[in-house]
Amino acid sequence: MSNPTPSVGPGLPETQSLATDTVTAPAPPQPGKKAKDAKPASLWSDAWYDLRRRPMFIMSVIIILILLVMSAFPWLFTSIDPFDARSCDLSTARQAPSAGHIFGKDNLGCDVYAKVIYGARNSIIIGVFTTLVTTFIGSLLGMIAGFRSGVVDAVSSRFTEIFFAIPPILGALLIGATFRGRINSIILVIAALGVLGWPMTFRIMRAAVITAKNQDFVLAARALGAGAGRIMLRHLLPNSLAPVIVVATINLGGYIAAEAALSFLSVGVQSPDISWGLMIADARTRFLEAPLPLFFPAAFLSVTVLAFIMMGDAVRDALDPKLR
Amino acid sequence: MTDKERILEVRDLVKHFPLTQGIVVKRQIGAIKAVDGVSFDLHKGETLGIVGESGCGKSTLAKVLMALERPTSGSVRISGRDIAKAKGAELKHMRRNIQMVMQDPYTSLNPRMTVGDIVGEPYEIHTEVAPRGDRRRRVQELLEVVGLNPDHINRYPHQFSGGQRQRIGIARGLALQPEIIVCDEPVSALDVSIQAQVINLLERLQDEFNLAYIFIAHDLSVVRHISDRVGVMYLGKFVELGKDVEIYDRPAHPYTQALLSAVPVPDPEGREQRERIILQGDPPSPANPPSGCRFRTRCWKAQEICAQEEPLLQIRTGTGHESACHFAETHDVVHVG
Repeated sequence: MSNPTPSVGPGLPETQSLATDTVTAPAPPQPGKKAKDAKPASLWSDAWYDLRRRPMFIMSVIIILILLVMSAFPWLFTSIDPFDARSCDLSTARQAPSAGHIFGKDNLGCDVYAKVIYGARNSIIIGVFTTLVTTFIGSLLGMIAGFRSGVVDAVSSRFTEIFFAIPPILGALLIGATFRGRINSIILVIAALGVLGWPMTFRIMRAAVITAKNQDFVLAARALGAGAGRIMLRHLLPNSLAPVIVVATINLGGYIAAEAALSFLSVGVQSPDISWGLMIADARTRFLEAPLPLFFPAAFLSVTVLAFIMMGDAVRDALDPKLR
Repeated sequence: MTDKERILEVRDLVKHFPLTQGIVVKRQIGAIKAVDGVSFDLHKGETLGIVGESGCGKSTLAKVLMALERPTSGSVRISGRDIAKAKGAELKHMRRNIQMVMQDPYTSLNPRMTVGDIVGEPYEIHTEVAPRGDRRRRVQELLEVVGLNPDHINRYPHQFSGGQRQRIGIARGLALQPEIIVCDEPVSALDVSIQAQVINLLERLQDEFNLAYIFIAHDLSVVRHISDRVGVMYLGKFVELGKDVEIYDRPAHPYTQALLSAVPVPDPEGREQRERIILQGDPPSPANPPSGCRFRTRCWKAQEICAQEEPLLQIRTGTGHESACHFAETHDVVHVG
């Protein structure tokens, strides 16, 4: 009746170098967890300690790491270059999966597997940069509104509500359709989602700052003669960042889904660039005869979005002291 | 004490918080008169205790003294200069002379900063006080002065107990070497055994650095222990001000007498004999204080004159210290028998 866990390793597929990485990745935390740190730590290290023991977090991080490697070095996963027109062969359009083309071929006879792999890059770039843009703008304005209060707060909050009133997909469609072809399509998607996404971060940051600024330590800093900049950067920001990070992580998945939606509606990423949304749109016309070219990008999209939302969820649980 | 140098001079200090109505166009319908005409002096190395029940304006007074709130009128002169009117660099410079120890040691320290950063922050704000390379050593010295292990400089506040945290708060207050420290209920959040340690620390620091304290509390015995002079506040005003023995042994104002009669007496014999004055009702709203004497609604001595004429804080016949009552007479409440 020995412990069955060691047998898990050899049982996993060893087809790719990455598969072994994923097995070793969660291993280090296991011994670390037993050596219980004697010193109680800060909120962040407490959260990190908590996260390392959550299977949901580990799983989502592994998926996200694979996706990051995939978008940085897609040629590690496939030898076919989908941007090379010679890799497509119209005569083999909608061919079923085979040894050489494990996900089959699409309407134009291109390899679906290679396109799905290369499509990760745009999704990740758009998700990450939209999150950075919305988090930066929303936090900056939210910090100022929450700190200044009064007229500044009232005006910026009403201004934010204007953006809240715009249905996101409709707004992004409008922006996308207006500027399509004039700006690089990826930058356009980031801008459209960014313009509509920052109000959420604004509200969360503003609320967190208002809570933080009424605490005694802010009063103590003012009594010492600290200026507004020091109070915002040293006292308010570190104490109101946690909810913003959580929302940013969860939203990242949402932005990836929104990118796919916009590309599907033909105002997002444009051909010959590759995007999962675009692939879904292309495969849609012949879905009944060949469902697989639609299924694979859709599955990758779902798993990616799910991974980010799961990670955000785990981070929220870890950072929320009430759930401990 | 009067022969010593006067470092803080508070004159007719008033702080009203406006009560407004309406959403878009706000109009003032009244004011909470939190502090309503307070005057006192503080001398070098002296402790002035301020007592009073909840909501009488003690903490607002502390905030106005610290220039965290602008007074509605009146002046707070520190070494001759009015901190209530100072701005910018002048205000910042004046803050070096008056610092604060706050009530709650759990919220007054930034949980994301290490002890070294918290105690060292005054030096980062007032860079002229200590050269950069010298700061760490100074912070460690301060930690040692307040009785903490200087090696704990890299720890976070939550790794300390309440009493230790309050010591960190005191070290932060001492960093700029102020002459005045405003202690706003510095021990009321601590266990009784820890209270004594912190009080003793404050007394030791006073001797060591010749500090002047404004010690705000609602615990009368703690105030008596540490104070040279005591002011009793009721609804935003001082009703009595004098040396600690005068206030505790020869209280002249009925409110002070009532407060003192509520202090627990640790002697069962004395407890049987002493007088209990039980006040009727609650303190009136500071938004709408009674005319004349503010205490008249709860006072057993109240006469016609109390409603018409406001008694001033002055030395009255038969008493050796200032009190604000038309019928002031000393009456030993606690030392019965």
